[in-house]
Amino acid sequence: MTAATLTGPPAGLWTLAWRRLRADRVAMLSLAVVAAFLLMLALSASGVVAADWEDEVGVNYAPPGFVGAGVAGAAPSVALPEQAALPDNPFDPLADDIRALKAQLAARADAAPARARRATLPFGGDKWGHDIIKKTIKGGETSIVVGLAAAALAVGIGTVFGALSGYWGGVVDDVFNWFYSIFTAIPSVLMILAVAAVLQQRGVATIVLILGLTGWTGPYRLIRAEYIKHKGREYVLAADAIGASHWRKMFSHIFPNVSHVALVQLSILVVGFIKAEVILSFLGFGVPVGVVSWGSMLNEAQNELILGRWWQLTAAAIAMALLVTAFSLLTDALRDALDPKVK
Amino acid sequence: MGAFVVRRVWQMLPTMLGVVLLVFMLFNWVGGDPAYILAGKMANAEAIANIRHQLGVDQSYPMQLWIFIRQIVTFDFGLSWATGEPVSHIIATRLGPSLTVLIPLTVLETLIGIALALAVAFVRGSPTDRAVMIACTVGMSISILVYIIVLQYGLAYKMGLFPVQGWGQGLRENLLRYAALPILIGLAVSIAPTLRLYRSFVLDEVGQDYVRTARAKGLGERRVMWVHVLRNAAIPIVTHVMASLPALLIGAFLLERFFGIPGIGREVILAVERSDFPVIKAITVYVAVATMVFNLLTDLMYQALDPRVKLA
Repeated sequence: MTAATLTGPPAGLWTLAWRRLRADRVAMLSLAVVAAFLLMLALSASGVVAADWEDEVGVNYAPPGFVGAGVAGAAPSVALPEQAALPDNPFDPLADDIRALKAQLAARADAAPARARRATLPFGGDKWGHDIIKKTIKGGETSIVVGLAAAALAVGIGTVFGALSGYWGGVVDDVFNWFYSIFTAIPSVLMILAVAAVLQQRGVATIVLILGLTGWTGPYRLIRAEYIKHKGREYVLAADAIGASHWRKMFSHIFPNVSHVALVQLSILVVGFIKAEVILSFLGFGVPVGVVSWGSMLNEAQNELILGRWWQLTAAAIAMALLVTAFSLLTDALRDALDPKVK
Repeated sequence: MGAFVVRRVWQMLPTMLGVVLLVFMLFNWVGGDPAYILAGKMANAEAIANIRHQLGVDQSYPMQLWIFIRQIVTFDFGLSWATGEPVSHIIATRLGPSLTVLIPLTVLETLIGIALALAVAFVRGSPTDRAVMIACTVGMSISILVYIIVLQYGLAYKMGLFPVQGWGQGLRENLLRYAALPILIGLAVSIAPTLRLYRSFVLDEVGQDYVRTARAKGLGERRVMWVHVLRNAAIPIVTHVMASLPALLIGAFLLERFFGIPGIGREVILAVERSDFPVIKAITVYVAVATMVFNLLTDLMYQALDPRVKLA
């Protein structure tokens, strides 16, 4: 930063990009929306909001408050008739155990008097009477975390492969290109499904792995091209002259100059992976039972819609569309701001 | 030309070998022992050993790889683990329904995409252009699931304009009756990304010198766009269409699943649900082959479109 003393504070790539981004009103608006979603994610992950989404606060399929309780799709809000105690079966070998369990249940019911289930909820309830708004926030947490983690993994792999391939060239480049051609020969959907079929167990970490391990090809291609372009530049030769190691040249000298490519790729992949997670979870190859995501919400909503209960579908669809729209617009603006040549 | 094709096919071999190795490693090594899946819950050691012998998994990995390669070359992947149907028969019979949906979808999508892209490029930079682009971004961000669920519910279930799902015997019945709504939904989903992409292809061309020359010699804007620009923008468009065709075969799996169309995509989903490895293996390998062949065809079509392109 000796140049700073001569010409005043230099405006780096990121400062310039930030200035361009600030001037773009659509970009700032979408940045605000994305930030709001991330804030909600942080609050939900730390348990400040929506931690109690599994409380059955409403009646089953409680309609939204603004529709009213008497809507056709709503389940009749009659309490289940109290079952008359069945007489004990004298031949049941478990009769004693069952009596004990019943007593236990009755005790628990007395201890925690069933809270009155509400007939309507702000944006309706699902099959079990969960509050849809809280469920959507919790589902968003899963979907966004999967999108971010998988994109980070994919860009990480793509960057390291691309750096090695572009910097070394020769045989190393050939080997990575061979890898690349294999992964691009198989359509990504098929690749994802094949890996899902093999991995059997379902879980958030599994989806992140599947998406991350199959999605690195895009960042790889671009980062490799950048490294090929940069490795002969004067600043790299200068670093070489002062004895910087290969590793240092690759990741301390060149990487900061190509990191904007990685950032744009990251935001493109986040959008793609959020969509992919929703589809995988919808098909039942994604999040495990008991974890809610936007995909599993859409899966439930599909059957609810036929019964006229549109609120879960609407909530998940709107939340997802809002985030993805904002993220895509932000990505476009980011690309324009970081790479003003391309327009 | 002939030498070019031979060299390209020769270059495909390492990639093909890599695909085979990757699929082999996934299913024979990562996937674990299939005998436990096949034998079910009440398996005894003898039954498991028997199944392992039938499948050849009691042999060494190089031997298993050799069996796999022989299966690929002879188109004989044995029987589906779930239904006992020959895998080659599954692929052969599922291809027709998939193509019945995909060919009209691709043709319509490309034509509508080109027409709209040129129309938008006429008014580039105007508020209309900006509004259309934002509408596309919004349209793309709604999950395909939402389109399918809502349109199937609205148009088929509520309004009864189309059958909710199903598949018939004759091509005519399938195309006009059962495939109509899936094609419509496919169009609704794909037109936004297509339009955005084609618009960028067209805009890459309108700044070129030849466009200025064409305008300077007094040609109408319509002729400049539809003849001069389109001819040049056709190259990336053709690349895009050709490259996405094999992926589309699988990509329509959601449509096929929702509408009960017995196609390749639905078969893949079923196979994943039932751990039916032979079916997934076969489809993965052949789709990879198709992708490579289509890439080669794309290169050959370049020359037809642009005589300056030399196939080296």
